[in-house]
Amino acid sequence: MHELAIADSVVQIAGRHADGRRVTKVHLKVGHLRQVVPSALAFGFELVAQGTSVEGAELDIEEVPVAGKCRQCGAGNRPTEFPLRCGACGGFDLAVLQGEEFYVESLELEEV
Amino acid sequence: MHRTAVKQVVLEGVLDANDALAQANREKFDRAGTYVINLMSSPGAGKTALLEHTLGRLHDRLRLGVLEGDVQTTLDADRLSRFHVPLVQVNTDPGFGGECHLDANMVRSGISEFPLDDVEVLVIENVGNLVCPAEFRVGEDARVMVYSVTEGEDKPLKYPLMFRSADLVLVNKVDLLEHLDFDLERLLGYLDAVNPGVERILTSARTGQGVDEWCSWLERRGARQ
Repeated sequence: MHELAIADSVVQIAGRHADGRRVTKVHLKVGHLRQVVPSALAFGFELVAQGTSVEGAELDIEEVPVAGKCRQCGAGNRPTEFPLRCGACGGFDLAVLQGEEFYVESLELEEV
Repeated sequence: MHRTAVKQVVLEGVLDANDALAQANREKFDRAGTYVINLMSSPGAGKTALLEHTLGRLHDRLRLGVLEGDVQTTLDADRLSRFHVPLVQVNTDPGFGGECHLDANMVRSGISEFPLDDVEVLVIENVGNLVCPAEFRVGEDARVMVYSVTEGEDKPLKYPLMFRSADLVLVNKVDLLEHLDFDLERLLGYLDAVNPGVERILTSARTGQGVDEWCSWLERRGARQ
């Protein structure tokens, strides 16, 4: 249950960038290779945001699927389960190109 | 009062603040010449028992230190105190009802008074948990996992983040293999599928199997520093 710590970090980032303005939406990108449970994160976010400029903001979590390139045969892959495996040659040695994202992409703010 | 909604691009990593602190820890370790292991496992896999063997064997060959991370109690630190190595306990309880992992800031607090200059290898025993510790770098040079055979063969597939980030996996409690329906080859196959070629040592904290090999691994790493 590290989602609370993660939620706290998201709220702090949003609050800092909002610079006093009220935040209505936080757009977060989370790759499938992160072990983050979106529902737990959303719950933690609501809790941690209370009493801050982020209170009541919607947390929009965009999940990013895994994409990789096989180091053996060079084929591009979009594996959906573990172990990550090349669909072309069956090898397990994939260079991960996408799916490890974990960042606050943007905010929606209210300006008076 | 007229309100308008504006969109602001942020592009800030959720773990950036932790990673910056981890980097600062790392620089502090490097200045002291201390090699740092982040030791992770599920609860009860045998981290502390293996550490007892390790400290017992290496005490006159390698200057070790230990940072113990637990949600509560000093039980593990108490077990290790008889080895008279620099030791600090970090309890994560003051977090949200007890954090399930160590983060870089907790380790920073833990080492503030720690005699790093006297320590060649610092082992950070993380909170027992296969998920959360994997997300938080603490400034380590290497990640070592203890995985016990009583946990079943399939966990590398179920908890891939930690297994993918490990530099070494100690497959522990192998003395129990004869009593279990556990397919060791299957586990090692899954390990290679998730983290191709990752180093592994078969160990038993009960019989001492593999402990020499693990100690040699530590000595080699410590000497590099």
